[in-house]
Amino acid sequence: MSPLAPTSTLPAAPVLEVRDLRVSFETARGPVEAVRGVDFTVTAGETLGIVGESGAGKTQIMLALAGLAPPNATVTGSVRLAGQSLLGLGERQLSRIRGAQIAYVFQDPMTALNPYLTVGTQLTEVLRRHLGHDRATARAAAIRALDRVRMPDAAARLHQYPHELSGGMRQRVMIAMALACAPRLLVADEPTTALDVTVQAQILDLLDNLRRETGTAILLITHDMGVIARLADRVAVTYAGRIVETGPVQAVFDAPRHPYTAGLLQAVPRLDGGDGAPPAGIPGQPPDPRTLPEGCAFAPRCARAFAACRADPALAGVGGGRAVACHLATRPADAA
Amino acid sequence: MTAPLLQVRDARVHFPAGGWLRAAPPVRAVDGVSLTLHAGETLAVVGESGCGKSTLARAVLGLQRLTSGAVLFDGAPVPDRPGPARSAFARAAQLVFQDPVAALNPRMRIDAALAEPLQTHAPELARPAREARVADVLAQVGLDAGIARRFPHEVSGGQAQRVGIARAMILRPRLLVCDEPVASLDVSIQAQILSLLRALRAEHGVSMLFISHDLSVVRHIADRVMVMYLGRAMEVGPVASVLGRPLHPYTRALIDAVPRPDPATERTRPRILLGGDLPSPSAPPSGCRFRTRCPLAEAGCAAVEPAFAPAGPDGHEVACPVVLRTGAVA
Repeated sequence: MSPLAPTSTLPAAPVLEVRDLRVSFETARGPVEAVRGVDFTVTAGETLGIVGESGAGKTQIMLALAGLAPPNATVTGSVRLAGQSLLGLGERQLSRIRGAQIAYVFQDPMTALNPYLTVGTQLTEVLRRHLGHDRATARAAAIRALDRVRMPDAAARLHQYPHELSGGMRQRVMIAMALACAPRLLVADEPTTALDVTVQAQILDLLDNLRRETGTAILLITHDMGVIARLADRVAVTYAGRIVETGPVQAVFDAPRHPYTAGLLQAVPRLDGGDGAPPAGIPGQPPDPRTLPEGCAFAPRCARAFAACRADPALAGVGGGRAVACHLATRPADAA
Repeated sequence: MTAPLLQVRDARVHFPAGGWLRAAPPVRAVDGVSLTLHAGETLAVVGESGCGKSTLARAVLGLQRLTSGAVLFDGAPVPDRPGPARSAFARAAQLVFQDPVAALNPRMRIDAALAEPLQTHAPELARPAREARVADVLAQVGLDAGIARRFPHEVSGGQAQRVGIARAMILRPRLLVCDEPVASLDVSIQAQILSLLRALRAEHGVSMLFISHDLSVVRHIADRVMVMYLGRAMEVGPVASVLGRPLHPYTRALIDAVPRPDPATERTRPRILLGGDLPSPSAPPSGCRFRTRCPLAEAGCAAVEPAFAPAGPDGHEVACPVVLRTGAVA
């Protein structure tokens, strides 16, 4: 079933390639563009973190990839998974790809799992459907999948219902289901946001180890700069439906080039360093996607805005695998 | 030393767990917690879900009856039944909620929502005086006067939380109980709200009981912090002392678990990972209730429920005899 991937010798062939992705909604007050032209790639074995605040469009990006956008959304652009175009595929083809080649882990495992079915039924369903396993093989594979996510007492868990598990255990089940068919890409949408911090640490550790063991590419969506620092190789910072800065995580965190990235990093409350005074916030609030300002969407909150910001900046490469959508970064004469 | 504004003495809140024929053991949400809060001081109560911090906050406000123990405000028991005493107490102690939009009546304009506490608790104020107070408090929380005629759904989350704080402050309370006031806000807005709370405290000397799951937020607002686990306090002390020199193994695990926004340290720093899950609050482990997940646990921990013992001259106290005896810092 899986398309025979050519054994390419090209380094770092992209697993996921997204070009000019746009997601808009028809509302009573006219069309609203939630995602306004987003480009990114994820290569094999890599973790790309998409970070942003509420309304930045990161969830809509994640849903649109595999045809999960709400019915009233219009999705345009191009999404290619291992070379295959996903936008425009029918529901039947998409459902063959989801779970087998692109798998999701959502924020709230309680609503993502079916409360009426045991863990075993839900886990073996994935295996039987996508890999054509018979009952016994699927059961054995399900136990292996639970073992792999360090689920204590895996065989006994198959008979339990989601409500009998703790939040952390439910998220382990979700991850086991997502990885059961060895997908090319794991999309993790705020996978630890609903969890307590000590459980979050366990799950982050698990995701990090699984990535090393399986080589699955991960697209991680989160609002938490700490989670990005822990897991991501590269980061894409989103604001008002656009990527405003992207690059290797260490370089971006060390020397952010977009004022929004810098502001976001400064706003994070920290456990150490400083004198305990509250971090500097970013003045104002994220814009309403229905009434975006002309030009750079961040300009009204930006202390360094200048005349050029009335024109919309494009995401432009600045070297070192980094790109920034800010006139300050691409202004030829002086830097910063 | 002046008498504390708020004192909680060995408070317990047990919820009946139902059961037919045979009663199920109660859920021991708060199980023997004591604390003091002085005028002008901010005490943070931190812990993960199920540690009892929100139940404790409700008990402090008299919204939750205690199973045993006492809550004293200005030396007098907090009234937990409706009546004139409760009404007088409510003027002096107010609550700021986690979800600011849900905490406001969706059909009430913001000026009406702000005037309502005055109509209830200060009916002697005439309309012009009331309106002046509303305008005043809006300015204090940094909101534009134009927002007064809007409905809650017409403002952003950060603005709604400013309204929530304004509504709590309009009666000029002496105690503000803040239950996760920034937990549902974006990080760029969190910082604004923390600064606002600090400014209000500096200006009015209001005391705060600040409930949070987030140690890094607590560091920026509190004078002292109390760490709770499964209904009990594990460690208490000045923020700099508890976060800078955490003693209880649970406090240390909690601090270790917070991901730092710095890729280099985040990938290399050693951390204590807690195994397992929170035990059931209806059947907490005997002795120290953290022992089932504790890296330092020893046989004696199952026998006696540890009490707070001093761990420094600055009021730092810890409920772990093992750490105090061995000085073990894992």
